[in-house]
Amino acid sequence: MSFLDVLYFIVPSAIFYAAPLIFAAIGGVFSERSGVVNIGIEGIMVIGAFVGIIFNLFTFETFGSFTPWVALLAAMIIGALFSLLLAVAAIAFRADQTVTGVAINLLGIAVALFLVKMIFEGRGQTDFISERFPRFDVPLLADIPFLGPLLFHSIYGTSILAFVVAFLAWFIIYKTPFGLRLRAVGEHPMAADTMGVNVTKMRYIAVMISGALAGIGGAVYSQTITNDFSHATINGQGFMAIAAMIFGKWHPIGAMGAALFFGLAQALSIAGSTIPYVKDIPPVFLTILPYVLTILALAGFIGKAQAPKAVGQPYIKGKR
Amino acid sequence: MSNRAINILVPIISVILGLIVGAIVMVVTGYDPIKGYTALWNGIFGDIYTIGETIRQITPYILAGLAVAFAFRTGLFNIGVEGQLIMGWAAAVYVGFAVEGLPKLIHLPLALLAAAAAGAFWAFIAGYLKARFSIHEVIVTIMLNYTALHIANALIKSWSGKERTENILPTASLGSTWLEEITEYSRLHWGIVIAIIMVFIMWFILERTTLGFELKAVGFNKNAAEYAGMSVKKNIILAMTISGVFAGLAGAMEALGTFGYMAIRSGFTGIGFDGIAVALLGANTPLGVVFGASLFGALKFGATNMPNAANIPLEIVSIIIALIIFFVASGYVIRIALEKFGKKKEGN
Repeated sequence: MSFLDVLYFIVPSAIFYAAPLIFAAIGGVFSERSGVVNIGIEGIMVIGAFVGIIFNLFTFETFGSFTPWVALLAAMIIGALFSLLLAVAAIAFRADQTVTGVAINLLGIAVALFLVKMIFEGRGQTDFISERFPRFDVPLLADIPFLGPLLFHSIYGTSILAFVVAFLAWFIIYKTPFGLRLRAVGEHPMAADTMGVNVTKMRYIAVMISGALAGIGGAVYSQTITNDFSHATINGQGFMAIAAMIFGKWHPIGAMGAALFFGLAQALSIAGSTIPYVKDIPPVFLTILPYVLTILALAGFIGKAQAPKAVGQPYIKGKR
Repeated sequence: MSNRAINILVPIISVILGLIVGAIVMVVTGYDPIKGYTALWNGIFGDIYTIGETIRQITPYILAGLAVAFAFRTGLFNIGVEGQLIMGWAAAVYVGFAVEGLPKLIHLPLALLAAAAAGAFWAFIAGYLKARFSIHEVIVTIMLNYTALHIANALIKSWSGKERTENILPTASLGSTWLEEITEYSRLHWGIVIAIIMVFIMWFILERTTLGFELKAVGFNKNAAEYAGMSVKKNIILAMTISGVFAGLAGAMEALGTFGYMAIRSGFTGIGFDGIAVALLGANTPLGVVFGASLFGALKFGATNMPNAANIPLEIVSIIIALIIFFVASGYVIRIALEKFGKKKEGN
């Protein structure tokens, strides 16, 4: 393969693997910016992936080619509802957010598998979906030399949506009053409260946005990459999204960039054996790359990553 | 109601709530909870074989619980027990099959030591990064979990060229024909003795040594400990490393006791994460961990009887365990409820 062929092959698959991570990582940005640690992203993604597949399998006769999109919507709503568990525990019950997140992760995979076995009579795996997201060429843009085949050839609508969501999130967090309040609540909740911002409400909204986006991320993953649901479908994507959020320094565009980079690492580790030079690298180095890079980023080797100040602490009115 | 009574009541109420919600889930999804819980009970205590298997399952849970609890006592959240366990498992298996010609008296301790060292090293990384760069240990250990999983898989592949390693040599095995015979040939092994010894060691370190005093002091109040002349950094690194020793030994239980080999995994064992539940339920005390591990280990093994005996997916038990963690974590509400209840009684 020539270098150009490699690029044409690897860049689209990097975007393909990155899309679910972008959604979930942006979700994480919302939650953590409001001061709530969301380790439970993994579990919410599992639920999203499960809902996406089940909804797709049982309604494709009604919705036809719109099915994957409707399934995405369903996964978004269920994801937001599922994240309410974290919100209630972390905000109202003042529970340890990390521990609750762990519980959410265990619960997500357990509930999803329990229901799969119930619906499919003991089997631990769903059927494969028949209505998938179509790939398409973006009109006009696909004809641009070099960039066309690189970025706009046979791509998924969900990938485009992921980029839109990332820029929208940047706009919301940095350019709107809502975003300002969100950041204030995560940095210094007492000051925000004094200025009349409802800390509790902001945190509930932020956690539910993160649940909705993680749900979408899961459904995108299951409906584009695996096309069925089993115990190993998500398998760490949620944690990788958290890594992308940190590597992107809690900034939506940064998180998107990190997700793209991790997507590249995943694409290389899966397809690397066909690419010159890359095939000489043992695949394990590519698989662990995102995790190692995240640790290095935190250690300050790649610019200092700083978490929102009040992240992880329940806000108790009147407490200094 | 006294504080002590509430501290004991919160986990008990959480377990009961978890079981009640589990029953509700079964009713809503059209399963019979009475049949389900009967199957669960029989899966744990049904006969001498299941009891042997239950104890076998409890063994790594005790060690994983100790690992989480030990770190908690120093104010650290070791969510990376899973990764440390995997590294310990790999190290123990490697020493178990690759080092030949040693008598059991040397080979077995050597394999255990290798597991402990591997787990300790994996946890040390997180401890060092926390002490040196003040990076939150939760994120680092999560990342190290996946790193460990993939590295172990790559190691297995390069050692054997297959999906699983060869079996360990008999000289490295924790297996015991006597224990197997008295439990109708379950896979019960000597690991449980090691786990109990480690429970005692944790108690001894925390309650009877200067080291333990310092570790706890750092956990209670970092600044006060620093002011009293203790090195916070040194204690953080030490606490994580010791926690990793427990986790690595949990891996050795699987390596040298239950399985005798290691296979490539697509996901985690789950023991490390359940260890968090065990530690929480046991209020991070050594004795509490034994109770927590007994409950969760028994539930986990008993669940395997549910699909056959009651036609209920065994994931129901994972749901219950997750709910129990959730309720223990939300203990604040249970506390408030208990205090109100207690006041009412006093008022009358």
